[in-house]
Amino acid sequence: MSTKLSTEMSASLTMEPMRHRSGWQTLLYKELLRFWKVSFQTILAPVLTSLLYLLIFSQVLESHVSVFDGRVRYTAFLIPGLVMMSVLQNAFANSSSSLIQSKITGNLIFVLLPPLSPLDLFGAYVVGAMVRGISVGLGVFLVTLWFAPIAPAHPLWALAFALLGSMILGVMGLLAGIWADKFDQLAAFQNFLIMPLTFLSGVFYSIHTLPPFWQTLSHFNPFFYMIDGFRYGFFGLSDIEPGLSLAVIAVSCGALSALTLWVLKRGYKLRH
Amino acid sequence: MGAAVEIIDVARRFGAVQALAGVDLVVEEGEFFGLLGPNGAGKTTLISIVAGLTRADRGTARVLGHDVVTDYRRARRLLGVVPQELVFDPFFTVRETLSIQAGYFGLRNNDAWIDEILHHLDLASKADANMRALSGGMKRRVLVGQALVHKPPVIVLDEPTAGVDVELRQSLWGFIRKLNRDGHTIILTTHYLEEAEALCNRIAMLKAGKVVALDTTQNLLSGFAGLTVRLTADALPDAWRERVLRHEGTSYLLSLTSYAELESLLSALREHGVAIAELALQEADLEQVFLRIMKRAA
Repeated sequence: MSTKLSTEMSASLTMEPMRHRSGWQTLLYKELLRFWKVSFQTILAPVLTSLLYLLIFSQVLESHVSVFDGRVRYTAFLIPGLVMMSVLQNAFANSSSSLIQSKITGNLIFVLLPPLSPLDLFGAYVVGAMVRGISVGLGVFLVTLWFAPIAPAHPLWALAFALLGSMILGVMGLLAGIWADKFDQLAAFQNFLIMPLTFLSGVFYSIHTLPPFWQTLSHFNPFFYMIDGFRYGFFGLSDIEPGLSLAVIAVSCGALSALTLWVLKRGYKLRH
Repeated sequence: MGAAVEIIDVARRFGAVQALAGVDLVVEEGEFFGLLGPNGAGKTTLISIVAGLTRADRGTARVLGHDVVTDYRRARRLLGVVPQELVFDPFFTVRETLSIQAGYFGLRNNDAWIDEILHHLDLASKADANMRALSGGMKRRVLVGQALVHKPPVIVLDEPTAGVDVELRQSLWGFIRKLNRDGHTIILTTHYLEEAEALCNRIAMLKAGKVVALDTTQNLLSGFAGLTVRLTADALPDAWRERVLRHEGTSYLLSLTSYAELESLLSALREHGVAIAELALQEADLEQVFLRIMKRAA
């Protein structure tokens, strides 16, 4: 291929005024395109993983575990928990992996050079994470319908918890991606914090089945409120008052968002 | 013409290293400006501060009058940067890469301009190829395209021809020269000093975070009028050691103030019984000027 570049420049290269709008929508579009291009890995694989959880746990525990005093089948109980777990884990994975990949490969510079504000970066990465998390959650819900057809009793509650939960994890992913300098650090964040908190949040059990000490401890796990509130949206039943759960996660979300915006504004680990 | 880039008393420290120690510099609109210096001189740090990638400990930087911190949105819209590292996003095609970059600057539906960039950079046939499939030279051209996608009046090229073959380098310079003729201000860092000599109207030289020379290319060359001798010999008399600009094994590069000094050098070599394997005289070029200035600033 010839490497002779054209030097016949048209007038359009001269500095005519151009209309500029905010670039955050493009960053969001890039985030969506990024996970869509590898959807086998980012959407289908987590749906399959959740399906396997459902098959194994429902097969083993359906006849042994009673939840909400027997008013809900264990398999049905499990589904909202698995859906929310998928939403949370994938929202975290999206923003954290996108940022760490860009940092390590160096292409983050393309995002740092344009006039994107801290709020632009925050909005694009977090909304991108929410879309991925909710897409996977929707996929899990659809494939599990075949095993226990359930419909949300209070869809707006379910939606509110899904949106806030995915936002919190999207923000946590952004924060982890900013903090981590290598994949190993991010994996530690994911495996030693996110994974235990989601698994011990009541996805697979009602906390009323736990000994009192563990019940109390569960109340310090913010993920518990997300799972329990989301489950309320399906059955109208929950371990604690859904309004309280919503308040806890809304306050957590607000605090984490403020912290992340402050970090972005300072340029911590991004603008040296 | 006003200032395209103003740098006022900019300093930056990284731990124990003072990367920039109070740099003052003004690049006028329409200039082809060279920023030269050895590795670690602070060139990339200075460019990073102007581009908003690094924050200065003190001082101010402005692009066409807009502060890069307090008025960063306008400053960044007026600046295009070709980074030194060959970086790319492996998820996207060449066209997607350019379109997304334009979108970050708030520009949409500008396919015509992207087509023009692809044409000028000889990338049209690779528009729909994934970035991973491109050669190093093509990736470098995409980086140039990304810097131009929002039509910035000030363009910074940080070592744009590092690792690029001769043919592409010549073509790229033809393209950049045209941009400069069209009114774009060009700021260039390069290790290829013959490129800087041929392209830049004015040059700043940095060493250890300070500007040690700042003048037109012509003045720098004439100010250091003199000769250099490239000499291959098994030794050098002590009296001539202070004239050494560069020394590798038995090869010496020495500065002379005039042709008359050549006879003194040859006499000294004869007196000490030094056998000359090779000798070549050279007029001063930017490389010699650079070496002398760096030596003087040591």
